[in-house]
Amino acid sequence: MSRPQGMRGSRRSLQVKFVPDEDVLKHISDDAGTKVRKDKAQLHVSVKRFVKKLENISDNEAQEILEEKNYVAALGICARDPVGNGSNISGGEVYSFQTPKRSNKMAELASELAQTPEKNVAPDDSKCPEKMAKTPQSSKRSSSNKVQQRSKKKEFVSTTPYRLRKRLAAPDPYLESESEYSASCSEEEDEDEQKEVSAVLSDQKTPAKTKAASTPPPRNSLAKKNKEQKMGNLVEEYFEAHSSSKVLTSDRTLQKLRKRRLDQQTLHDLLKNAPLAYAAEIRDLNQQHESLFSKWMLQLHLGFNIVLYGLGSKRDLLEKFRTSLLQDSVHLVVNGYFPSITVRSILNSITEEVLDHIGTFRSPLDQLEFITKRFKEDSSLELYVLIHNLDSQMLRGERSQQILAQLSSLPSIYLIASIDHINAPLMWDQAKLSLYNWLWYETTTFNPYVEETSYENSLLVQQSGSLALSSLMHVLHSLTLNARGIFRLLAQHQLEKKDNPSYPGLSFQDFYQQCREAFLVNSDLTLRAQLTEFRDHKLIRTKRGADGVEYLLIPVDDSTLTDFLEKEDEDV
Amino acid sequence: MSTCSVSKGCFVFKPSAKKRRLSDKTAHDFRCTSNDSEDTELRFVTCQSLWNQIKSETEQIQENLNKQLLDNLVSFLSRSHSDFQEKTTEWTCRMKFREIPTAALVLGVNVTDHDLTFRGLSDILQDNITPYVALLEAKDCPGIKNLMQKLMGQLMKCDINVDSLEDEDSVQVSQNRIRCSMPSLISWYDSVTKKTNSETPSKKRNSSSRHWQSPPVVVIFKDMESFTTKVLQDFIVISSQHIHELPLVLIFGIATSPMIIHRLLPHSVSSLLCIELFQSLSCKEHLSTIIDKLLLTSRFPFKLGEKVLQVLINIFLYHDFSVQNFIKGFQLCIVEHFYSQPLSVLCCHLADIKKRVYSLSHDQCENIRRLPSFRRYVEKQESGKQIELLTNDSFLKEETEKLLGDLHVYHENYVRILRCLHVFTSSLPKYPLGKQIRELHCACLENRVWETEEYESSLQLARMLNKTDLVTMLQQCVEILMSSSEKEFDRAVEKLKEFLTQFQNLEAEASQEQDVSVSPQKELQKKTDLYHLQKTLLELKESRRSKKLTKFEMLRFEVVDYIDSLVRRYLAPADERALHEIAYFNGAAVLRGHLNAAPRTALHTALNSPHWYLKNQALRCDGGGISNKAPDICIVYKLHLECGRLINLVDWLEAFSTVVMAAEEPNADAASSDQVDDVIHARFIRAVSELELLGFIKPSKQKTDHVARLTWGGC
Repeated sequence: MSRPQGMRGSRRSLQVKFVPDEDVLKHISDDAGTKVRKDKAQLHVSVKRFVKKLENISDNEAQEILEEKNYVAALGICARDPVGNGSNISGGEVYSFQTPKRSNKMAELASELAQTPEKNVAPDDSKCPEKMAKTPQSSKRSSSNKVQQRSKKKEFVSTTPYRLRKRLAAPDPYLESESEYSASCSEEEDEDEQKEVSAVLSDQKTPAKTKAASTPPPRNSLAKKNKEQKMGNLVEEYFEAHSSSKVLTSDRTLQKLRKRRLDQQTLHDLLKNAPLAYAAEIRDLNQQHESLFSKWMLQLHLGFNIVLYGLGSKRDLLEKFRTSLLQDSVHLVVNGYFPSITVRSILNSITEEVLDHIGTFRSPLDQLEFITKRFKEDSSLELYVLIHNLDSQMLRGERSQQILAQLSSLPSIYLIASIDHINAPLMWDQAKLSLYNWLWYETTTFNPYVEETSYENSLLVQQSGSLALSSLMHVLHSLTLNARGIFRLLAQHQLEKKDNPSYPGLSFQDFYQQCREAFLVNSDLTLRAQLTEFRDHKLIRTKRGADGVEYLLIPVDDSTLTDFLEKEDEDV
Repeated sequence: MSTCSVSKGCFVFKPSAKKRRLSDKTAHDFRCTSNDSEDTELRFVTCQSLWNQIKSETEQIQENLNKQLLDNLVSFLSRSHSDFQEKTTEWTCRMKFREIPTAALVLGVNVTDHDLTFRGLSDILQDNITPYVALLEAKDCPGIKNLMQKLMGQLMKCDINVDSLEDEDSVQVSQNRIRCSMPSLISWYDSVTKKTNSETPSKKRNSSSRHWQSPPVVVIFKDMESFTTKVLQDFIVISSQHIHELPLVLIFGIATSPMIIHRLLPHSVSSLLCIELFQSLSCKEHLSTIIDKLLLTSRFPFKLGEKVLQVLINIFLYHDFSVQNFIKGFQLCIVEHFYSQPLSVLCCHLADIKKRVYSLSHDQCENIRRLPSFRRYVEKQESGKQIELLTNDSFLKEETEKLLGDLHVYHENYVRILRCLHVFTSSLPKYPLGKQIRELHCACLENRVWETEEYESSLQLARMLNKTDLVTMLQQCVEILMSSSEKEFDRAVEKLKEFLTQFQNLEAEASQEQDVSVSPQKELQKKTDLYHLQKTLLELKESRRSKKLTKFEMLRFEVVDYIDSLVRRYLAPADERALHEIAYFNGAAVLRGHLNAAPRTALHTALNSPHWYLKNQALRCDGGGISNKAPDICIVYKLHLECGRLINLVDWLEAFSTVVMAAEEPNADAASSDQVDDVIHARFIRAVSELELLGFIKPSKQKTDHVARLTWGGC
């Protein structure tokens, strides 16, 4: 959509379009009139282009669907699986691209979901809007407004540019809520325009259609059009969504929520007390899987290895397998989700504990060779290996997988593993797959991932601040007075800027100046040496900004930092 | 002992020695679940013996297929260093010796099958050419140092294997101590060859017959493409310096195309190689042979159903081109069949059937009566026999034996006629029934092939074949049918032979006909006027339409009709036969689930429509949406789909609590819900961290309290 082309289009369109008086007035009073024209021009061009595209797309899509069906049919999907796994969904549905959503779409869906009347419960719609109106935090409210606004917008003549309509709607007091949404980065005017155009595009589409067909399309056909659009310029949309670095989301933060963060312990307690939904169904599901245990054993013995996938924690299932069938045999359980698990530790536990070997190895490959030799020599040696989360951060590396695959290919090592990550199968190339010799089992359990996520550093959970604080104090006390002063300076600076969400850190030069002024260092070399020590203790983090300047940041949250300063004050 | 710990990730459990499981308990597992029958032991034994038979068969086939290639390689190797043998020290030879003889082995993209080829290759080399063979893989050789280390390690081990005199430990030590360099390799080689030469009489009884005085050192690069260029270059340059002292031969395993050598190596390096190209059999031909020998034969009682075969072939064609995986799938089919079908005990060789049928228990007889194909069969019988079949076990056994015999005969005939039909269809233009016999086989298994359009059109095409083709095809068919020992096809063979003689008779008459046919053509040439030409052409056409068919054409029709009748008689799909369930495995869905799983699809289904798994009415929802009573993770997932690249946690949390609270107490007082409930908050945290574990989102530093979406689009 080049600019000159757009201008031409605008001239043409200006000649024909009828503009209502009010709009003209608005137009004249507008100081950025030229921009409006530009907007409009782009709009027209894009609408035209869009309509043209739709025609092509529908053909292609039909073709694609047909081919996909053939392929799917060829693979024998049509035969329903009695266990009821979900493999009868075609790939297109899973991997299809969607249009970038408007910023508050989530809230809309939430209210929609909340409002959907239950089949067994009498619908109580009257309450819902009320509730929304009452909530002071406005996401829900804005969403309902948005709906109203949109319905209002649709009444306007289609040719009115978005800017104008926006301004028309501006008297509407609710529109303040729009201001809540801002981009994460500073934005150029130009980009902004384009974004708006694309946002309007979806709104504009309906009128454009009505002009062409003169009858308002029924709702479901509209939905179909939406889908076509979705499938359509997906490549463009992808890059549109990922090219510009700004994203429109609301600026609200958890701190403003007047809500204390939960720490790990309370979270755990709360969840323990909360009843698990659909416990009976989940139990049924698990019982189905448990009936497969002896089949797994058989297949393991016949030289296959087993991998479990599907939503829900498979830990309990594997534990049950272990306790019910493996009690009498040597087995190794590996918690892949354990944050400091390594292939080395797995190999070590095999050599040291299973094979009772004392001694070290130069490399994991040597160790693997040793294990291979031992297992080949002694045919009575058998080992069952259970790996929870084979796809965890620590084990998903190419080398680790290679070693595990080679291990699993030994005839007397039986591997049964679980994977959870959506992209987990990408870890394995053909060579590794043939070493692993997998049989896939779908075991959707819907169990919560309690253990697996317990090591995760969730954003929402209060980082165990006490620990961080004590370690901070500990390290700092072992340093010289000057060093402590340097750190203090940095901490104070960071606290002053805590309201700025995009605070990059203190630049090295500024910091050096400040330190000099406080007589803490006498040359930048001293400061650098000091900073290296901090960095070694993970007290600070440095990163280079876009301009190449080094920025220093303390990777601790503000409250901990405040506590720290207070403690320091007490000490001094 | 628990397996949860904050300090440890690996837990080893060792039961006391006497409690330890014995290894021969595989049969026990087989029994555990198939609780309904006492034949499990027998079934398991049958299954194992069948699989072992098939396994050795496939190995044999693969060996034969690779034979040509390996023979070529061996002759190349023996040629390559014949000069070295003669110890010519002339200058010209020296010049030539700067080039390392190299074999480029193009093996195709099915990397997983290569291992087997290489194993066969190194065995053959060790038997015939040289004891010094080293197999190198890219993953072991990140640098030239590792490569040399690996190389020397393997070569010296070969040495041990040959004379097995030295103590292993001492070698282990020396290997670690030795500086791995080309000179040390050469000195090792010198010492080894001298030793063998000196101890000729005693040791040479086998090695002198097989190996020469100074056997070449063969280095095999299994996966040439994945080696680092630098390592390869260095190795080649270094070893080319020493080629006059060390008779080195390189073998490159190539998966893509020979061009890769020139892409990986600059001219200065590749000019040091004297490359000869060897091409292995394509994996598709390999598969065809396997299918031919394993499936289209009556040697094995176990058969694959149409869908199953289709799944296996599709995995091969669309996913990996790996014959190994195909065989693995076949193994899985066998295991599944014997495991899940209690009557598979009867899936044995013809000779054993009688004994096994008569030892069937009453329960097993009931199992037979429950088979759908058997019920169809019973319904077709007269009422007296029906009652007998359903009530009298011994009568049933007799009948079963007969039916199984029939099934066996059917299959034997089926294969012959299938091959005959394939002779015809494989030479038709555009191949309406497929080029490969496996396609034809699938088509015949699927439904009555003579009712399909493709069959119709191929008959049409067959009616237009020329005589020479037709005669050769008929001869081929005769050969195929003759090879059977059964009397079944005697008549068919006779008939076909009769057709052949008729064709020969036609030849004699043909010369006369030619004279007749020439005349109108000549007439045509005389006319030059357009109008007349048109007229004559029309007349010609008219006359041709009304003309009686020639004798050849009549005969051709007859032949095609006869083939058609054979097809109708023998190529009925297997699932029309009674008791086909015993021999045919039809669990395509199971097979596909195990071999070609779609984990992402399963996740998608679980998240989008949980009622697929959790059979609860409250979860049922029409039109693809989900109800607000769905599990937390589904709701959170659904909400996150509505966001762009970044997701604001506060908004997310609020949206979540709106949904959850509406679901829990639809008419609760809204005023109390200003603040998010702690429990809901906790549930939200759990759901979000679960999504993070599944890889849908990750924490983002771009904006405070935001997470980044990792998926684009629907899932």
